[in-house]
Amino acid sequence: MTEPTETEAGKRDQRVRFYQVGSHVVGNRLLDPEQRTVQARMDRSNTLTSGHRACRGCGEALGARYVLDAAMRASEGKLVAANATGCLEVFSTPFPESSWQLPWIHSLFGNAPAVASGVAAALRAKGRDDIRVVGQGGDGGTVDIGFGCLSGMFERNDDVLYVCYDNEAYMNTGVQRSGATPPAARTANTKPIGEHPGNVFGQGKDMPRIAMAHGIPYVATATVAEPHDLERKVEAAMSLRGARYIHVFVPCPLGWGAEPRDTIKLARLVKETGLFPVFEASDGEVTGVSRIRRRTPVEEYLRPQRRYAHLFGEHPRPDIVERLQAIADRNIREYGLLGDGSEEEAGW
Amino acid sequence: MSAKPYAITLDVGSSLANKTGSWREERAVYVDRMPPCNDACPAGENIQAWLYEAEEGEGGYERAWRKLVEDNPLPAVMGRVCYHPCETACNRAQLDEAVGIHSVERFLGDEAIRRGWRLERGAEPSGKRVLVVGAGPSGLSAAYHLTRLGHAVTIHDAGPMAGGMMRFGIPRYRLPRDVLEAEIERILDLGVELELNHKVDDVLEAMREGDFDAAFLAVGAHIGRRAYVPAGEAERIVDAVSLLEGLEEGEKPLLGRRVAVYGGGNTAMDAARTARRLGATDAVVVYRRTRERMPAHDFEVAEAEEEGVMMRWLSTVKHFEDGKLLLERMELDDSGFPQPTGETEELEADSLVLALGQEADLSLLDGVPGIEVADGVVQVGPNMMTGHAGVFAGGDMVPAERTVTVGVGHGKRAARHIDAWLRGGEHEPAPRHELAGFDMLNTWYYSDAPRAEQPRLEAVRRASGFDEVVGGLDESNTLFEARRCLSCGNCFSCDNCYGVCPDNAVIKLGAPGERYEIDLDFCKGCGLCVAECPCGAIEMVPEET
Repeated sequence: MTEPTETEAGKRDQRVRFYQVGSHVVGNRLLDPEQRTVQARMDRSNTLTSGHRACRGCGEALGARYVLDAAMRASEGKLVAANATGCLEVFSTPFPESSWQLPWIHSLFGNAPAVASGVAAALRAKGRDDIRVVGQGGDGGTVDIGFGCLSGMFERNDDVLYVCYDNEAYMNTGVQRSGATPPAARTANTKPIGEHPGNVFGQGKDMPRIAMAHGIPYVATATVAEPHDLERKVEAAMSLRGARYIHVFVPCPLGWGAEPRDTIKLARLVKETGLFPVFEASDGEVTGVSRIRRRTPVEEYLRPQRRYAHLFGEHPRPDIVERLQAIADRNIREYGLLGDGSEEEAGW
Repeated sequence: MSAKPYAITLDVGSSLANKTGSWREERAVYVDRMPPCNDACPAGENIQAWLYEAEEGEGGYERAWRKLVEDNPLPAVMGRVCYHPCETACNRAQLDEAVGIHSVERFLGDEAIRRGWRLERGAEPSGKRVLVVGAGPSGLSAAYHLTRLGHAVTIHDAGPMAGGMMRFGIPRYRLPRDVLEAEIERILDLGVELELNHKVDDVLEAMREGDFDAAFLAVGAHIGRRAYVPAGEAERIVDAVSLLEGLEEGEKPLLGRRVAVYGGGNTAMDAARTARRLGATDAVVVYRRTRERMPAHDFEVAEAEEEGVMMRWLSTVKHFEDGKLLLERMELDDSGFPQPTGETEELEADSLVLALGQEADLSLLDGVPGIEVADGVVQVGPNMMTGHAGVFAGGDMVPAERTVTVGVGHGKRAARHIDAWLRGGEHEPAPRHELAGFDMLNTWYYSDAPRAEQPRLEAVRRASGFDEVVGGLDESNTLFEARRCLSCGNCFSCDNCYGVCPDNAVIKLGAPGERYEIDLDFCKGCGLCVAECPCGAIEMVPEET
């Protein structure tokens, strides 16, 4: 409303802070170019370039480009990546072709964190602390097979940013369960049969919390649905030295039985339901959470995925859906994911 | 046997050699769709396009105004008096509230007057002369567009001042006269000749006299429809159109303290609200149906009620004598028609204002061959031409909804057809794009933003004068309101498609506005760009085989 009595100074203070789509979108012409994402830039490095063999709508390919393009920009192009075996390696690097447009080193399924530590040590020995190191892998290579190496890297506080692209199973080998597979999900070896169909309800491995327990300088979670948030976290991590960990949620259309076009929608919903808390932590302490903007029941997230089809079909299991909802509700309580709903809270 | 191991006998290459576009079954295609606001605008404004410019703030306002006046030369008037069908159609209404398009339009119009922005002429002189009869919204619009198309235009108007129903029908508290005059003046400044107090009695004669090549008639509908009300000698009965017109010409109508207005349209509301401002303590609208069935717009009824206008629904006037109106109660039958009940009641009144609709004075067409009149209005083709070649007509005198905006739209459409006719061709309107429906949008991306409301004059100050009731938005609220636009169906350079493609198969062509292209060498056809486009400006089509 217009207040005719308002002073000029008062008016300036009430300057419009509303930009149509704010920072929900990748670019936005109404924002200052510096406030747009790296992904909106025509000169982004496209660290993972075209021609890779990832499936249609691959969340991991998208997440890896988001992360590494931001890290390239933060390190002014002086970046080395050590890659665990997994989809990310197989689809990007069928010898002699490579999609990587940065120095990139292949490793085994289980030792990428150790290789990254070694690269960092070698660079230190050569006095090249301007060159930064990223280690990366999928959830299998990170939370299961590479777990020991990663814990060692954390414990020694090696100067590496390790990024896990979590698509919640071993996709490359044929969708087998990993320590990050969620309860009730169908995989090749957690069949949707019997009284307890799909993966068991249990602790799983909450890798971000395990990383925090090491007391390392920086831990964050993110999804491919919010590039602004993801890039900000990569930038924050790159501004620090020592062991840093970012856990990125990346939907897998093939392994989850979802439509390729729904990849970002699912990443959005997993956060809006509370199933995947998006937060960041410094020195083992949570310092910020991305609040839920439009709270959504878990069912809306589960239904488009055939890995949960057994919860809804001819013999629906509302009891299991309820248990999954309880997990989401617990996350919402534990992390304080409900804000006052204002845009300010949602971080634009 | 090679001296090197196998693995290093192959040269390292880039995956760019691997054209993954061959996987594709469907391809993404950029489209432009018809935004519902543009679709609904009777004046054919490209609303979304001028909002897009206004969204930039300071530097964008003049560009926005210039875009706006390509279709409508009266934005300050329009932002005040248009019933904004654009907002009724606006997709944002399904998200929170419709974008306040009219308030942005009004701001741009006022800004143009304040800063003295001028209109531009456009085409080279054609040497053709066009007569426009009537200086109302339709005639002014036609004159403006014809002038921009290169023709010499003269307007003849029977009245003492230009503006037609904008001046003689719409009260000042809705449309201040300085605003109206500024926008008319700007059209005349283009070189349009205006002859006031010049009634055209015979259009063909007038065309011959002035050596005109074509004529556009827009004389409006100024004759108040009378109903026979048995009344005593001394009772004061006036029609609403004459009341409003007289007021504008400086008369001081004596209506008394208790005024009854008979009718249920916007003019009835205007008459009742005017009566209040002229000092009536009681202004009562008598209407034979219910509020739901009233033709007046909701906001007019609401504003009238705020000002103390009272309503007597389901009533007809039987008789008026000795300062008393005899009203008969009505009831609606099954088809919604009012039927008399025989029950009567009295209402004290010093005067009765009839607001029962208006009729057009078509005498200037008497004897013109080919003209067809039905239901009191002149029949025209889709090109706005009457049955007499070279004579076109629009506004309230042809069959259509009678609003200022429809009139302006007729003027524009007629001008384009007249231009084509004068040049010996035919005007082909551009094909319309597919409508951008709400279900084509991904509304997640739009920031939550309730509508900015315009300030209103306090009711007590309204009853005492003709000051404008609804105020304009200030600059910052205007910018906010413009930015609530969802840009339905047309790219607004948010970079989502460019960002979300896992295959880097979207090529960004340049700065905002320069748009994008799909790199078909690598697009696998996943459809993520389509799903995540906020405004529905991309679609998937089956791959050609």
